Amino acid sequence: MGSLFDFMLPELKSPMTGATTDALMGFIHIVSFIILAGVTIAMIYFAIKYRRRSEDDETPLITHNNKLEITWSVIPLLLVFIVFGWGYKGWLNLQTVPDNAYEIQVSAYKWGWTFKYDTGAQIGNEVHVPAGRPVKLVMQSEDVLHSFFVPDYRIKQDVLPNRYTYVWFQAEETGESQVFCTEYCGTSHSDMLAKVIVHTEEDFQAWLEDQGTGGGGTPEERGENLITLQGCVSCHSVDGSAGIAPSFQGLWGKERNFQNASSVTADENYIRESILNPSAKIVEGFQNQMVSYEGRLSDDDISDIIEYIKTLEE
Amino acid sequence: MANHSTSHPTHVQHHFVDSDQQFDSAKLGMWVFLVNEILFFGGLFCAYIVYRAWHPELFTQAATELNAFWGAVNTVVLIGSSLTVAMAIRSVQKNQIKGLKINLLITIALAVVFMVVKGFEYAHKFELGILPGELYTYEGIEHAQAAIFFSIYYMMTGIHALHVIIGIGLMWWIYVRANRGEFSSEYYTPVEITGLYWHLVDLIWIFLFPLLYLIE
Amino acid sequence: MATAEVSNTRTLKVKRFKPSEDPKKTYLTEEKGLWSWLTTVDHKKIGLMYLGSVTLFFLLGGVLALLLRTELLTPAKTFIEADTYNQFFTLHGAIMVFFVLVPSIPAALGNFILPMQLGAKDVAFPRLNLASFYIYVIGAIFTFFALVNNGLDTGWTFYTPYSIESNSSVIWVTLGAFILGFSSILTGTNFITTIHKMRAPGITWGKLPLNIWALYATSIIQVLATPVLAITLLLLTMERVFGIGIFDPAMGGDPVLFQHFFWFYSHPAVYIMIVPGFGIISEVITTFSKKHIFGYWAIALSSLAIAFIGFLVWGHHMFTSGQSAVATTVFSFLTFLVGIPTGIKILNWVATLYKGSIEMKTPMIYVFIFLFLFSIGGFTGIMLGSLAADIHLHDTYYVVAHFHYVMMGGTLIALLAGLHFWWPKMTGKMYNEFQAKIGAALIFIGFNMTFLPQFIMGSQGMPRRYYNYIDQFTIFHQTSTIGSYILGVGFLLIAYYLLVSLFRGEKAPANPWGSRGLEWQATSPPDLHNFDHTPVIINGPYDYHKPMEEFQLGLADSGHNGHDPSHDATGAKQEVVSN
Repeated sequence: MGSLFDFMLPELKSPMTGATTDALMGFIHIVSFIILAGVTIAMIYFAIKYRRRSEDDETPLITHNNKLEITWSVIPLLLVFIVFGWGYKGWLNLQTVPDNAYEIQVSAYKWGWTFKYDTGAQIGNEVHVPAGRPVKLVMQSEDVLHSFFVPDYRIKQDVLPNRYTYVWFQAEETGESQVFCTEYCGTSHSDMLAKVIVHTEEDFQAWLEDQGTGGGGTPEERGENLITLQGCVSCHSVDGSAGIAPSFQGLWGKERNFQNASSVTADENYIRESILNPSAKIVEGFQNQMVSYEGRLSDDDISDIIEYIKTLEE
Repeated sequence: MANHSTSHPTHVQHHFVDSDQQFDSAKLGMWVFLVNEILFFGGLFCAYIVYRAWHPELFTQAATELNAFWGAVNTVVLIGSSLTVAMAIRSVQKNQIKGLKINLLITIALAVVFMVVKGFEYAHKFELGILPGELYTYEGIEHAQAAIFFSIYYMMTGIHALHVIIGIGLMWWIYVRANRGEFSSEYYTPVEITGLYWHLVDLIWIFLFPLLYLIE
Repeated sequence: MATAEVSNTRTLKVKRFKPSEDPKKTYLTEEKGLWSWLTTVDHKKIGLMYLGSVTLFFLLGGVLALLLRTELLTPAKTFIEADTYNQFFTLHGAIMVFFVLVPSIPAALGNFILPMQLGAKDVAFPRLNLASFYIYVIGAIFTFFALVNNGLDTGWTFYTPYSIESNSSVIWVTLGAFILGFSSILTGTNFITTIHKMRAPGITWGKLPLNIWALYATSIIQVLATPVLAITLLLLTMERVFGIGIFDPAMGGDPVLFQHFFWFYSHPAVYIMIVPGFGIISEVITTFSKKHIFGYWAIALSSLAIAFIGFLVWGHHMFTSGQSAVATTVFSFLTFLVGIPTGIKILNWVATLYKGSIEMKTPMIYVFIFLFLFSIGGFTGIMLGSLAADIHLHDTYYVVAHFHYVMMGGTLIALLAGLHFWWPKMTGKMYNEFQAKIGAALIFIGFNMTFLPQFIMGSQGMPRRYYNYIDQFTIFHQTSTIGSYILGVGFLLIAYYLLVSLFRGEKAPANPWGSRGLEWQATSPPDLHNFDHTPVIINGPYDYHKPMEEFQLGLADSGHNGHDPSHDATGAKQEVVSN
């Protein structure tokens, strides 16, 4: 049923979560279409058949018809009960995560996503999952509200700063699916995209092993990784181009001019203060849009980031 | 226009048929307005209920910072003023304009007493550092959301106090009009609807007092 | 014709008063000059001032909409920056909701028509009515101030914690909307009182025009819901000023609580916008079918049912928000219940057409457009009310299209129907019927071209409030943008011929459509006090099977608009004097 309206939906890649949704949407579309067509045809038919022939037309006095009123109250009522029950069933299924689900931690921030695996591996704006196995995402926001939406899987859930929320899905085939943020979150809301990349079970395990534990590398490499994962780069470029915020390139050791006409040389303490208390000093020509990273970055993390920024010379 | 109003008593506005219609309309309008006042405070009561359900221990702790004695005094003062405002209406119905004026003045005096007591309560809390929201610096209550309790306290009592001040203004205005001899047992609509308003202000306090001060 | 028996206890002397086709004095000529407009307490002039302001805001909101659509012609940046785009869609939403849709029908058309349909000389509290207009103006000034000073970029829903952190002028707009709320509350209070206390002799609750029932239901929602918005916006303002923490997760508050508060008003607000539209449809469809309304009580009571159930469904905006599972289930169930009375109305209107004498004048064309577009809006509402489907569709263009079908295809089209219907009464001038039909066609085509593609792309996953989008949606966005231009041309055409009619339009007769409605028994345009004599009603407003003469009755012995209270004392039955 509903094939008439199939063109409206993207290909379903997680039947475990989306099959009910698709069937229900098809049902509502078809029933609505039939009723809408009936109402429209009746309107147009009446308008032609009973068009005014003279100014003195007499019309019959028809005030009401209780049988008719009851009919067209009860039938729609039954229809919406079906829709309610059906939708409820599909939604319960979305809420009930299978026991054997593979769990991934998700952190959303302005404007990107970080996915953390239980091996310690972290990756930004890409979530790699095994095919044929339920995956549960446990999500939390670092700042404002966001929402995790994968059209191909028919799942969506708001991501909140003060509690954990979750979604689950089971991709059957390998491939890629688009992730959108659907809760408005500011300037680059529409760029807060990610991809779900589905591997076979073996490929997935191999990929996960490649990622290591996320703690390796030199301080500069860790710093570079951190500014991607924490979303610094969505505002601070590393190539000198001006964005919402000053670029990291050429920052180190330079004289910084601030809005309040003071200035300071960019050293470790300045960078540290800018991360933990962004509103303390605002560079001329920019606005204070950044939130504090206190509690999100450890002292070691900040040192790593500073090491990386030192490498970004003009 | 001139010939329109010949048969009207002066206080009846041109679009009403008679004095009764005008009085009934004004009274109904005021009741509708009071319903919407109740919903306005209803939003705050909802916030109160939600936070009390989430953090019951916070509310019992924080309520001890509020002075139940002065709260009780204020409750008595407001109930007394409700009585005098009712007596003011009774007086004007019986055409005793002097009684009306005396009762209005007593009501205004009681309302001022309420505000003074409230002012001392606020001043004491400000000294302790119990200020709304981010300004909160008091350390006597060990609870992460202590500031939120006092935010709710200040919002509720603050908006209520604003209503008391508006009430004082209204009653003063009624007093001035009574002095000008505008009211009689024939026409006392503004007295009646101001009375209704004052009863509501009183009623809201009767809910606020136990909910904020008397939590055990 | 016999004497009109109004109640068991008294008998009124009535006389037939045919409205003059060539009134010497009207509300437009009796008091002249700018000052007389700015200080007027006449509900008709206040209604027109509202209409003017609403039109101004509609123009502003509409231009913003066209700029947004133009930006969306290409997937990446077309001509404005992301921040500008975010401010534009926020202001488009806030202006259209708070300054256009909420006051449009009740405060503009309702103010003009409501006392006339009740046979009253004015609303119960005329000075309050003027005050509510000025409160609206003050609210507007606050919003304009925000517009030039940093804008607003939170979305019209002001979701926390984004609205707490945002650098834009949130406080100005929340205070603006807060002030505006009082305007809405005062209008509602005024209407409820007027409907209860100011009805002309003979207008029982069963003879109230359905437009009045609709405005009555609307006023109830305004009075019950708006104060909650007021307190919500006040709390949000305090949140920004003092950081009171109730909605701020950083201080232990809860952002979902804000959403509950916000939608507790803003869902009923949707009914504040659409229910008065229902009233207009009932008036227009009977007039142009020359037929009694089908299911008077079904339509009247369903408005009240919608008003009350509408208070219990706000959580359906929050199915993905993380609210409790029980709440989600209950809200979904109740949402379907509110759909039923709406469906009943549509079927009753269609049944009214049956065996009518249908004349497709412009207002009637808009009614047909309304029935078609609003039905689509309703069905897609059922889709969004069902839980599983909403999880997929929430915050996508499907929702955008749905509420434009309801708010624009419903409310705005009903407003256009009402505007074209009452234009001759309000201005005393007829507009060009041919141009009006072209305008309606442009609106219909442009509207569907704009919003039908949005259903498809939304369903395919295009999220709302997106400045950039992925390439696969380009074709839908471009179609939509071109549709919006056609829509814009349609509105310009309407503005053009309506303005022309003011200066060069044919003089309108008192009752150009042959309606039985009471407002048509006044002259066009009406007298300063609406009727020459207090009307007396013996028939219902839709009794098209009875002759027009029976609708032209007024109190015989009150030479001046029923001011003379002596008619109360009249005891004996009197013959009606025909003239």
